[in-house]
Amino acid sequence: MTVPTRVRVLAFARIAELLGAREEELALGPNPRVEDAWSALAQRNPELTVLKPSTRAARNGRIAAFDEPLADGDEVAFLPPVGGG
Amino acid sequence: MLRIAREPIDPKAVEARVLSENCGGVVTFLGIVRERADDGRSVNGLQYEAFDEMAVSEFETVAAEARERFGNVNVAAEHRVGELRVGEVAVVVSVAAEHRDEAFAACRYAIDELKRRAPIWKKELYVDGGGEWKANACNGT
Repeated sequence: MTVPTRVRVLAFARIAELLGAREEELALGPNPRVEDAWSALAQRNPELTVLKPSTRAARNGRIAAFDEPLADGDEVAFLPPVGGG
Repeated sequence: MLRIAREPIDPKAVEARVLSENCGGVVTFLGIVRERADDGRSVNGLQYEAFDEMAVSEFETVAAEARERFGNVNVAAEHRVGELRVGEVAVVVSVAAEHRDEAFAACRYAIDELKRRAPIWKKELYVDGGGEWKANACNGT
């Protein structure tokens, strides 16, 4: 039996609006990467798919590539293009 | 050094954080909610949100870079989140330095990099209804 990898996902701005949530827990398969967390969200919300090229990810508060591995208990944030100031 | 504010910002309070006896000049930038968007549409206001922890740590890096480039400068900033009306202060960046040249240069650097790098988002709320998330130019790295 495989134990799922549980991660906490944070979403912002347009991504959060499309998801209808700013935060959620995901249970991913073995040896997941940032990419897998994104895919799990995009599967439920196909409108996210076109946003991927402009989206950056952060793992535990630091910018991370989509192929970066995830560990149980990680926090993954998906960041649209910024617009502060 | 960056504070995310959920209530109106007092620019004087941000300036007070950078003042010191060694500083002969203070430059403060205020970013204000403007009535007309870049595309000419009228807005009632702007809605901001932030990834607080990451915005704070990113701005710490910016402030450290400013000290590397411009010498011994004190940098402080405050960015508002939530719904803001036209005329309200969205962001304040204050820099104190020994002389004005470094204060102006470091303040310019800090606001430019904050806009480019801090995970903060802005939605324009239009007078004729609806809204749109707007990215800054020169986004990301």
